Amino acid sequence: MRRFRPDVGERDVTPESLWLRRREFLALGAAGAAGLVLPRPARAGEPTGAALQIARRVEQAGGEDPTPWDSVTTYNNYYELGTEKGDPSRNAGTLRPRPWSVAIEGEVARPGTVGIDELLRWFPLEERVYRMRCVEAWSMVIPWVGFPLAALVKRVEPTSRAKYVAFRTLQDPEQLPGQRRAVLPWPYVEGLRIDEATHPLALIAVGLYGRVLPGQNGAPLRLVVPWKYGFKGAKSLVSIRFQKERPKTTWNEAQPSEYGFWANVNPDVDHPRWSQARERRIGEFFRRKTLPFNGYAAEVASLYTGMDLRREY
Amino acid sequence: MADLALGRLGANPIEAILNRLGFWTLTLLAASLVPTPARSLLGLSWPIRLRRMLGLFAFTYGTLHLLFYVGVDQGLDVALLAKDVAKRKFMTVGFAAWLTLVPLAVTSTDAWVRRLGFARWKRLHRLVYLAAILGVLHFVWRVKADLSRPLVHASVIGLLLAVRLLPARRARRASHPSAAA
Repeated sequence: MRRFRPDVGERDVTPESLWLRRREFLALGAAGAAGLVLPRPARAGEPTGAALQIARRVEQAGGEDPTPWDSVTTYNNYYELGTEKGDPSRNAGTLRPRPWSVAIEGEVARPGTVGIDELLRWFPLEERVYRMRCVEAWSMVIPWVGFPLAALVKRVEPTSRAKYVAFRTLQDPEQLPGQRRAVLPWPYVEGLRIDEATHPLALIAVGLYGRVLPGQNGAPLRLVVPWKYGFKGAKSLVSIRFQKERPKTTWNEAQPSEYGFWANVNPDVDHPRWSQARERRIGEFFRRKTLPFNGYAAEVASLYTGMDLRREY
Repeated sequence: MADLALGRLGANPIEAILNRLGFWTLTLLAASLVPTPARSLLGLSWPIRLRRMLGLFAFTYGTLHLLFYVGVDQGLDVALLAKDVAKRKFMTVGFAAWLTLVPLAVTSTDAWVRRLGFARWKRLHRLVYLAAILGVLHFVWRVKADLSRPLVHASVIGLLLAVRLLPARRARRASHPSAAA
């Protein structure tokens, strides 16, 4: 009988730590092979929260499937509630959407402060299904509930000196603990030119999937401008100010070379650190081509004729 | 990795995986910088046995991070990768960090230590300091506004590099001459 001679040496022995975690390593391999990196299928994540009364429905996302409620309400950029995507949904408990009032200020014939519940009675609510494209190159399709910003603008009668509209988020570190760190120069401010604010697509959203807007999505009311990058959609609004000068917007102030005032979705104008030509639709595996003005070019391109969109980004 | 199988990666699992692979690359690389000062300053010799494994794990995770980005996030668009690496600063340093680790991974074996001679091998492997710095820059330049997480890695790695400037504990060396090499 031949003497058994091992052909493996001490050195070839799998390190114990690796051996103890072998199942994880195998799972990773198998998962990769089986394509388990595909996002999990839309669970029956039922929307929660009080139902809103909706007068009419407008589908404006080319008939594409809306992003599941779970994703829309747990994958958020709302740095006032934490800078990781999962933070806002975890930390939204401190935000108190009642009592809440919004100040309508500046160059308007009818300024004033209005309580949110009264504001909700000013206009019938609509469901608007819009694409939403984040500057980080991911996107969703979201069925917002709200009323056209144009209706609000018309009601408050801006004067001829009102060239821009500024939107300001709540400043209160107790409700928005992320404001304790100067990650961005709080409070969050965004703005629109007056013709953008009166465009039929611009929306003040108070709900989502037929329910009251969750904290992490900007309760109790937020701006939605579907042809611009998502950071234009200021959340938890406390002030809407009409003014002559262009407002200093927060991301532009924080990183002017990367975030502009206009922020129109444009596949031809890259972010300095990444390309804007393609985006990941949440729920899909492969990236898709980004469309000019997020697919709303037919409706809004005329607002920008004559503007060099590479310079005015 | 258990999260992957359980679908707990959230709405954008590709982004989550990419970020985790990157995090572990840099963390393992930092861990591989611990054994040497642990020996020279604290007189501990057992961590040295883990050093090669930690370095190779870091290289593995770094390679997975790169492959995942090219293959999964960008759908094997190598032309796009080449353009990105040239144009985007944070990718240039990230790719450079990985390239720096390649010769270290290749020469990690005992056979290579013998082939190069210990002194030369030791000098070559000082490239890990460069890889660590490039890795930190990659992370810092990647984040949008919140620098708190990359700064943790930056401080830990900075500390582990700075500590090599301290004099070794001579008393230990003198009383344990066999601890050399």
